[in-house]
Amino acid sequence: MLYATILLPDLAIDGAILDGLDASRAFVLIDGPLQRRHVVAASNAARAAGIHHGQSLAAAQALLRSLHAAPFDAEATARLRAAVASIAYAYSEQVAIRETDAVTLEIGASLRYFGGWPKLARSLRRQLRRLGLQHRLGVAATPLASLLAAADRDGRIIDDKGMRVLLRDTPLAGARLDARAVTMLEAMGLRRLDEVLALPRAGLRRRFGADLMDHLDRLVGQRADPLQPWRPAEQFSAGLELDAEVHATAAILFPLRRYLQQLAAFLSCRDGGVQRFELSLLHSRGEPTVLNVAMASPERDAQRLFELARLKLDRVEVASPIIGLRVRADELPPFVPLRGDLFERSATALNSWQALTDRLRARLGDEVLMTPIEQADHRPEKAWSAAPGARVGHIDCGPRPLWLLPRPIPLRDRAPRVLSGPERIESGWWDDDQAGRDYYVLETSLGQRAWAFREAGQQHGPWLLHGWFA
Amino acid sequence: MSAVALQQVLRDPRIWRGPQTAAVVAEASGHAHLDAFLPGGGWPLGALSEILIEADGLGEMSLLLPVLARLSEGERPIVMVDPPYLPYPVAFAQGKLRSARVQVLKVRGKDAWWAAEQCLASAACAAVLCWPQGIDERGLRRLQLAAESGRCLAFAFRDQRHAAQASPAALRLRVHSGLRVQVLKCRGRTATSALALADVSGL
Repeated sequence: MLYATILLPDLAIDGAILDGLDASRAFVLIDGPLQRRHVVAASNAARAAGIHHGQSLAAAQALLRSLHAAPFDAEATARLRAAVASIAYAYSEQVAIRETDAVTLEIGASLRYFGGWPKLARSLRRQLRRLGLQHRLGVAATPLASLLAAADRDGRIIDDKGMRVLLRDTPLAGARLDARAVTMLEAMGLRRLDEVLALPRAGLRRRFGADLMDHLDRLVGQRADPLQPWRPAEQFSAGLELDAEVHATAAILFPLRRYLQQLAAFLSCRDGGVQRFELSLLHSRGEPTVLNVAMASPERDAQRLFELARLKLDRVEVASPIIGLRVRADELPPFVPLRGDLFERSATALNSWQALTDRLRARLGDEVLMTPIEQADHRPEKAWSAAPGARVGHIDCGPRPLWLLPRPIPLRDRAPRVLSGPERIESGWWDDDQAGRDYYVLETSLGQRAWAFREAGQQHGPWLLHGWFA
Repeated sequence: MSAVALQQVLRDPRIWRGPQTAAVVAEASGHAHLDAFLPGGGWPLGALSEILIEADGLGEMSLLLPVLARLSEGERPIVMVDPPYLPYPVAFAQGKLRSARVQVLKVRGKDAWWAAEQCLASAACAAVLCWPQGIDERGLRRLQLAAESGRCLAFAFRDQRHAAQASPAALRLRVHSGLRVQVLKCRGRTATSALALADVSGL
């Protein structure tokens, strides 16, 4: 077993920067009741001024006049943590979120598949950077050791020898032990982990209880430490409230692109796709505008999802200002990639056709495409159907025009020349839609060839035009 | 080295070299007279062909029927953007055109231009037929560029009163009754021969 831990030292701050705060500014995220606001996290600039976690807001503001304070969003931080877990899930099925700032995964089983740790680490880091997260990676034989390694030895694998060095170097305060136990151990003059481990076990257990022993045993691997497996959520939902009211949909494209990238990452870790997702624009007054984006086949390419959503957005008339945005996907069917075969080009042709129909439907509506199919009926109007799934039927008949008029109209031509005819078409008595007509092919004075009819049996009278031999 | 570069330049279809025809990739139209006249022996691929008519029903669709029937044997669809009437599948079957490959787009106005451009540029279609109402030269140029990138057959049907207007289309035809075809403009052919009347009464 080999465990890797992704340590996210500044998760809340990274999240705030993603939501639009300036990274170079001094700002803190605060929490707690109104009278006792305290700092949960501080940006780099704020930390440089001496502000740290746990400080009261008043004390922090005393240190730095220009300090900006924003509320700590626990839910958004949890969502980011889940996003990291979903990235890790692509590399291992054993993924756990055990600490508030770390995600641990078992990599021993899949290390060879991913081409060794350096390669795996590179690709993990690339994805974390794309999410905009600061991170450190640690690898060791136990989950706890990998967590300590991430804090201390970013990116390195800790072997047996490295483990001894790690235990020697890690201060007790950084060993993720119970804070009370750390104070007591330090009072005893112990500073490092290996010193604690060298003490007689029976005495340690008597003084500190079973919890500390348990923790140390799990750290060095003398006690099993199974990961509580994390499972990806069954649906995706993300959104934000904008700082200012927005009147044009163009202004929400940037956050929208980010959420769709998150959706794509979420889908690829579930090995799923999305066929329909919901984009809600929240307004200060009234019901939210809900746009349904649908696709011909399950899709998980961020760029394509974004393109479709944008086409939908382009068509929206925003009646009242937008104050928020939400992306939601409930149906997540399995994703079947269309593989391009070396000898079969039709798969890629089908793929690009589906992409095209998705684009057309997104902008022009779901009903925009139709395929007229021949039906077995003598009556010209009933000899075709555009219903989806209609089966082809065929009846031999006389010449038919390439253009059919939706309903016959009087032919406006004074002296058409009869080219052929008549063809008597008489059917439909069984469903009260009787048609008795004599059809002729005519040539108009302009030279057009028309398909026109008279009521059955009539030699004179007006022509009714029903099609063009175009 | 310079000789090679020159050969490459000369192979560019935009270089006009007198009556000598440049290499044009084309799909045979199925009409012997027309194929003999058109460079490459048929409808140009990856270029817009403009078909001008005085009225509907002069045989403008029959002109395309042989090539569409052949294309419908393949996998890629034939898209008709905003046709003036219902494309009648019974007549398609009589012309050996598989109507299952035909996709009709019901859009109007500028949306139809946009849809035609999307279809042309996607490279997913075998042929795109459009009836762009009120389109101007800029719009036609966009269609022509989209056709170049999509490498499919592209036809725009317009009223013949636009014949005098400049057009970026690679091929411009006027269809008269009885399937008589007049070539108004043809890339890769000299202007004089473009005015000749080609009678394709094979159908």
